[in-house]
Amino acid sequence: MSKTADVLNELDSKNEPALIGYFPAGFPTLDASIAACIAMCEAGVDVLELGVPYSDPVMDGLVIQEATEQALSNGFKLKDLFPALRAITAAVKTPVLVMSYWNPILQYGVEKFARDLKDAGGAGLITPDLIPDEAKQWLDISDELDLDRVFLATPSSSKERLATSANLSRGFVYAVSTMGITGAREDLDRKARDVVAGVKDSGTSTPVCVGIGISTAAQVAEVNSYADGAIVGSLFIKAYLAGGIAVLSSTVTELKSGSK
Amino acid sequence: MSEQTNLRSQEGPYFGEYGGRFVPESLIAALDELDATYKTAKADPSFAAELAELNKTYVGRPSIITEVPKFAKLAGDIRVFLKREDLNHTGSHKINNVIGQALLAKRMGKRRIIAETGAGQHGVASATAAALFGLECVVYMGEVDTQRQALNVARMQLLGATVIPVTTGSRTLKDAINEALRDWVTNVEDTHYLLGTVAGPHPFPTMVRDFHSIIGIESRQQMLDDYGFLPDVLAACVGGGSNAIGLFHAFLDDASVKLWGFEAAGEGIDTPRHAATLSKGKVGVLHGAKSYMLQDEDGQTVESHSISAGLDYPGVGPEHAWLKDISRAEYFGITDDQAMQALKALSQTEGIIPAIETAHALAGVIEYGHNLPAGSSILVNLSGRGDKDMETVGKYFGFLGSN
Repeated sequence: MSKTADVLNELDSKNEPALIGYFPAGFPTLDASIAACIAMCEAGVDVLELGVPYSDPVMDGLVIQEATEQALSNGFKLKDLFPALRAITAAVKTPVLVMSYWNPILQYGVEKFARDLKDAGGAGLITPDLIPDEAKQWLDISDELDLDRVFLATPSSSKERLATSANLSRGFVYAVSTMGITGAREDLDRKARDVVAGVKDSGTSTPVCVGIGISTAAQVAEVNSYADGAIVGSLFIKAYLAGGIAVLSSTVTELKSGSK
Repeated sequence: MSEQTNLRSQEGPYFGEYGGRFVPESLIAALDELDATYKTAKADPSFAAELAELNKTYVGRPSIITEVPKFAKLAGDIRVFLKREDLNHTGSHKINNVIGQALLAKRMGKRRIIAETGAGQHGVASATAAALFGLECVVYMGEVDTQRQALNVARMQLLGATVIPVTTGSRTLKDAINEALRDWVTNVEDTHYLLGTVAGPHPFPTMVRDFHSIIGIESRQQMLDDYGFLPDVLAACVGGGSNAIGLFHAFLDDASVKLWGFEAAGEGIDTPRHAATLSKGKVGVLHGAKSYMLQDEDGQTVESHSISAGLDYPGVGPEHAWLKDISRAEYFGITDDQAMQALKALSQTEGIIPAIETAHALAGVIEYGHNLPAGSSILVNLSGRGDKDMETVGKYFGFLGSN
């Protein structure tokens, strides 16, 4: 069973919107990122995405690129991820998923990474550049450890691929709302509805959440009207840069409450 | 090597454990479309005919073979032959792949091509093909490289391309590829990513190899027709690996022919400043494929260094990784200085100015040719001409003074 899916399903049954918040580990420093993540959870995010900084983040827009670059230049190491995860999951009950490009995990060792992730209280993994076709090792170990694994579904994915993504994802399916990289956009693409509908058509009971391009409470509400959650990242980094934890928390509260 | 008779038949997505498609789901439809279009084109005689006609009347193929006896004396008692890809239109082998992919872009109905470039050779070739076929062209180039290669930026602009300086990460080729991938993820419906080397996700390593394999196919026939034997050794420089695989591929199943690839050892293979991915890298995933790469223990890509911008890349094509592992090809490091001395040597012994990239292969011939039995022969892929490098060369040897 997936704690992440439980949280999302419970909100759904109460007709409450779900907010999934991203923040990079080690940004601007490891301790500051732990505090920021705990604050986000306390302010109301329902699922936390803890990002692993990576030298070549092809799926990320400028805001996240610059934040993760700063984390790396401030000395973030992969082994720091686990104590950070432990500190966050000890402080709050919110499910925490790690989001990482594949090469850091490959170098750490897929199985070891999965076990250490589980030990530190992590719920699972979002893999932006790992498609199910290449994921044999991760599929096996995540089954063994009952970890969430989130694959992407996109506007260009075929019906068959949407079904594969839905069937193999656990926790939720990450529906990409536009053909683009992360970063807040003013108009959320209508294509998001089609992707969510396509995933739901496969008959899956796994929740479907929409990300990439969400920056207002109205968008969070809109997304939650047809999907099981809204994923927000760049906006939270901008909020933190604008005013630290205070503005970060109030932004979370605003997105969450404005959407009720 | 019991499978040796079958080495040429590798069609991807995997070469041994290497290759694959480690990219966001957003790109899979485009890669599938490209793969399907390429397979259809490959089976279509009219595509082959169109490509052959362009190769003959636009690129200037077949490129000739030149024997260089005075240069060969520097490498012992051997014969050295050059496959003259430097004589192609735009001055390097890069045009072979660009023409092929531009034809595919048109078949797919894409109106826009994007490309990455380091030194600017692939960017210039892409801008050239875009002008020829009436496509919009955007070239991503690390900000550092736009400054090092200002003349090539001007060439691309003259050809009608837009050059976008990349200011993220290390601001070099690797980051230009990241930015091109981001553009492609966003504009995949009307845009083809014209990747310039045999790296990246499937089908790029296979397709780019196939478009360059004409180098080896022509060479093999020319050696048999004009000299009556196959060379004992093939030599080529390796950055991403496109010119090397282009030469090697036709010979993969000729067991008597040794394959030597020369990587950039920069300031020294035991210093941190090199680009010797196969010699010093570890297996990982970069830019969509599993292969060797330069990385730290956390899997963060490490910046490469080479005096030659075209070899200054921390990854390498997956087929090379496989050829190394099965010991069909050998890879060696050549320092900046060895390459520059070889560049000067070929210029002054034979009147042929090679690109700094290519000079790594020539230095390899000088370094390792001595180990061959007397009378042995080496065929070198003279992958590009050196005109673009005159500023670097001039400063290095003091012809232009130093800064």
